[in-house]
This record gives sequence, C-alpha cells and structure tokens, in this order.
Amino acid sequence: MKKIAMIGVALCATLSFLLAQTPKKPAGSQSSVTRGKKVYEQYCLTCHQVDGSGVPHLNPPLIKTSFVLGDKGKLIQVILKGMQASEPIDDEYYSNNMPPHNFLKDQEIADVLTYVRRNFGNKASAVTTADVKTARAKN
Amino acid sequence: MKTNVVLLGCLSLLSASCLADNGDSSAIHRSAGADQANAGLKLPAGFKAQVVAENLGAARHIAVTPLGDIYVKIQSSKPGKAIAVLHPTGSGKPDAVKTFGTYRGTGMVIKDHYLYTSSDEDVYRYQLNDKFEVMHPDQPEKIVTGLINRHQHESKSIALDNAGNIYVNIGAYSNSCQQQDRAKGSKGIPGCPILDSAAGIWQFKADKLNQTYGDGVRYATGLRNVVGLDWNTAQNQLFVMQHGRDGLFDMFPEYYDLQQGNELPAECMYALKKGDNAGWPYIYYDGIQHKKMLSPEYGGDGKKTGGADAIDPVVAFPAHMAPNGLLFYTGNQFPERYKNGAFIAFHGSWNRQKGQKGYYVVFVPFKDGKPSGNWEVFADNFTGVENIQSPGQAQHRPCGLAQGPDGALYVTDDVKGTVYKISYSGK
Ligand code: HEC
Repeated sequence: MKKIAMIGVALCATLSFLLAQTPKKPAGSQSSVTRGKKVYEQYCLTCHQVDGSGVPHLNPPLIKTSFVLGDKGKLIQVILKGMQASEPIDDEYYSNNMPPHNFLKDQEIADVLTYVRRNFGNKASAVTTADVKTARAKN
Repeated sequence: MKTNVVLLGCLSLLSASCLADNGDSSAIHRSAGADQANAGLKLPAGFKAQVVAENLGAARHIAVTPLGDIYVKIQSSKPGKAIAVLHPTGSGKPDAVKTFGTYRGTGMVIKDHYLYTSSDEDVYRYQLNDKFEVMHPDQPEKIVTGLINRHQHESKSIALDNAGNIYVNIGAYSNSCQQQDRAKGSKGIPGCPILDSAAGIWQFKADKLNQTYGDGVRYATGLRNVVGLDWNTAQNQLFVMQHGRDGLFDMFPEYYDLQQGNELPAECMYALKKGDNAGWPYIYYDGIQHKKMLSPEYGGDGKKTGGADAIDPVVAFPAHMAPNGLLFYTGNQFPERYKNGAFIAFHGSWNRQKGQKGYYVVFVPFKDGKPSGNWEVFADNFTGVENIQSPGQAQHRPCGLAQGPDGALYVTDDVKGTVYKISYSGK
C-alpha cells in the first residue's frame, strides 16, 4: 500500500515535471504569431489598420510590400527607427510619419514582424529575436 | 494601470474579432438603403444626386464658373493632370474631360475673373476670359511661393475675401509638436517652433506675384491643419475646419482609454478674426465636456484645462472625421433653411478603432452668422459599405464642395474621382 502511494507520488512528480517543461520549450513561430498579433493591435493597428491595408496616401499597407517581404534587417530597422523619409514605397507616397518603436523588446519585435509576414496575405519566413539582436547591434 | 491592462485585453479581443471579420470579404455589405437613382447617395427628401464625372483621379477641391463649367484640382503629379475641366452638356454630363497643369495640391477657388489653385508649396492664378475659360493654361501667375511642405498636412487650401486678399492654410508638419512626432510618451517641444512657419492661416494679396512668408501676414495661429475653409460673405469673416490631433490613447494610455482616444478631441469649426489663436499644440478641444484641455505633451492629464488665450470653436463635431471641405450656401435653389448655412464634407476617420466615422456631407443651419441648430447628416453612403472598419474599404470619400450658378451643390470624391451634383426639386 505504502509502495503504491510512493509510486503515485513519484508518477505525479514526473508528470507535473513533464507538464511544466513542455510549454517552456522554445516558442514555435505559431505562438510567435499569436503574441505578435497582440503587439500589432496595441502598437501598429491604428496606423496600418485592422486588415493591414493602411490609409490611402497617409500610412502604407503592410500587404506584400517590398519592406514586409524583403530583407529582415531592413524591416527590423523600420520598427526600431521608424520612418520619416517620405520616399515612395512601391511607387506611392505616404504623408504621415512612423515613430520609432525601439522601446519594444526583441521578442515583441520578432513576434510582430513574424505576425505581419504571415498575415494580410503575406508569406515570408519568421523573424527571430536573434535577427532583432543583430539589427540592434548595428545601430 | 489595472483598468488599462483590462482595457488592452478587451481591445485585443475586440480587434481579434475585427480581424476575423475583415479576412472575409462578405463582411463588406453593400448598404441596403442606397438609392442607385441618387448615384448611391442617401439624401433628405426632395434632393437628387447625379454623377457628373467619374475616374478623374484624386479629386480634391472644386470650383464652378458662373456659366456652369467645373474645375477640379486633382492630387496628382502626372504631367498635365493637375486640373480637370468639365464642360457639361444638355444631359448635365460633360462630353470630354480636359486637363492641364503639372503639380500636386488641393486648393481650387474661382473669384471674379481668376481661377486660384495651389500646389503643396505655391499658390497660382489663371486669368479667365468672358466665358470664364482659362486663357493660358500653361502660364499661371505664381502669387505665393516657398510655403513649407514636409509631407504631413501638406494641403495649402485657399479662400478669398472681397477685399483682394487670399487666405492660405499652412498645416503643421507634426501631430502635436512632440520632440519625436507620434512617438509614445514623447514630450512637446517648448515654445513650439512649428508655429513660426506653419499651423496657421496666412493672408496674402490676391494679385501680387511671388509673395512668400515675409510678404504675408500670419492671420491666425494654433490651427493644426485646415483643409476646408470658406469666406462667409454674410458675415464677412473667414471660417475654417480644423483636423484635430491624433493618438491620445495610443501615445498616452496612462491618461486616456480607448474610448476616449476614439472620441477626443472634437473636429472644430472656428470663425477667425485677425490675430486669433486656436491653441494647437498646447491644447485640444474636448467636445464632450465643452472645454479646452491641456495637451498631454505639455503637462496635461486628460483633466487639466488650458488655453486661456485660445478661441472657442463655433461648432464641435465628433473626433477624427477629417473635415476636408467647407461651403457656406448662398444659393436660392435649396429650401430657405439652407440659406447661409454651412455644408461640411467629412473625408472620414482612420484613427478610430473598431469602426470608422464620417465619410459624409453634413449641414449646419446658421442665422446671423451663428449656428441656429444642431448639425445633421445631409448626404451619406459615400463608402458603399456598412460599418466601415478601414478607409481602404470606402468606395468614395467626400472631399471638396462647390456651389453651381443654379444653386446646386457639387461634391468631389478623391478615391475614384467622382463629381456629384446635388439638386433640389422638392419631389
Ligand atoms: C503613427 C502611425 C504609425 C504607427 C503607429 C506604425 N506605423 Fe509603420 N509606417 C507608418 C508610416 C506613415 C510609414 C511610411 C513612412 C514614410 O513613408 O516615410 C510606415 C512604414 C512602415 C513599414 C515600411 C513600409 C511598408 O509599407 O512596408 C513597415 C513594415 C511598418 N511601417 C510596420 C509597422 C509596424 C509593425 C508597426 C507597429 C510596431 C508600425 N508600423 C507602427 C505609420 C505608422
């Protein structure tokens, strides 16, 4: 009887140990997308809109633009430094300014860009915290 | 802080459902009430709308000659496409559209025998012949030059008085004069330097060439950006519509919740006298409390009032609706209550969350130079969709207004370049 209880406790301990371990595995890009969506809603949605379509002539869309689908380093810099260039983006001018978002954590930037690159009709690879670290180190 | 967290939670939930909706194109319904006979617009009884032109490009402000020809300023830098000229035939529709000029810009006014237009840096005028046709489309006189254009709020909208002056809006190249434009929590620059060369209305002579800042007068200041403005001839006074500031919730969530961010500040109509200050960037107008409030960039917290030296608005409209056209109606075609009242074209909001607002033409009745009743929606359904979530969904966005010689009201749309003519028949 005592033995069974012991085994039970041991089993429980192993189980809860295993349970506690599984969610702590390195975050897959699916959960990155889920978290990125939250970041998007809080910091990007007003300007780039709920569907990523932007505001005509004011804020650019995040749908298949050369920035969104292009070089990750360049894309990360847009988030870190913002954009006030008023240079044409895919042949369109946008009159608003984008403020820097360098206050976001590496993880948040990786998440939001992964979300953007996997949504609004975009299909591009995930952005990792390592990518963000590398980009930040260049500044 | 706790409420903020809860609110943010709610926000992400709600936006999540918006996102879901938007992926599904069936979420964009054609509005049921739209009457195709009225070009899809919803109007008060007795009014009819007709499409005079379509596909002109980004049709901004508009002017109609005493003989009924229509001039439309197109926001385009394409060679020869700055101004569209329509000469309506018997059916009311023009046979062909002619264009001339090469510069972006919004302003378009006819005064006596001149057509006045603006790019985003300069003001031009073109002499008209006895049929009110532009005589030298390739040789405008440049009357004002070198106005600041830093791309944000760049429209140099114009109005003329009856004493030979032209009034030019020079919008602030900033949201609220922060150290870092639109950055979360960024403070306001003390003694905002933008006010020296922008964020106001400048007065110039209508007939003098090559004037710039030194030749003009800063007629009124503390106006963030004015796109719609008109000289009220009954009152002999300039009236303007200000685009109010953005981002109270986005940038200062410690003082404002999402709802307040959506509903503040009011879009304001001001009646200006020389030397007036409307208070930007130090204050904004809270249309719910009817108070001038200290901006959070300058020490405000959503509760402190400010702006003892700033004028009060004549009318306060809901936030973020972007008034792009203002016209005081002086015609005889519409019923008596419209006489001397104000029509305002609201381009429609983008920085509300969970549903946008505006995208219509409203009317405010006036008596003795003051509003004599509440504002009301006059022409609606420009977007062609219900519950618009994002401006990109709008099929049309009202922008410019003009009155025809017969007293009809013209409205431009800068999405598809439609020109609407709204007439009253009583039927
Ligand atoms: C205040 C409005 C605003 C906010 C908030 C904002 N942006 Fe932007 N964004 C802009 C504007 C305006 C531009 C273009 C600026 C220019 O043309 O100089 C831009 C450019 C971009 C670009 C490059 C151009 C393109 O269309 O691909 C990306 C990518 C982008 N933003 C992503 C984001 C993300 C992600 C966030 C949230 C972390 C964000 N933005 C927040 C206004 C904003």
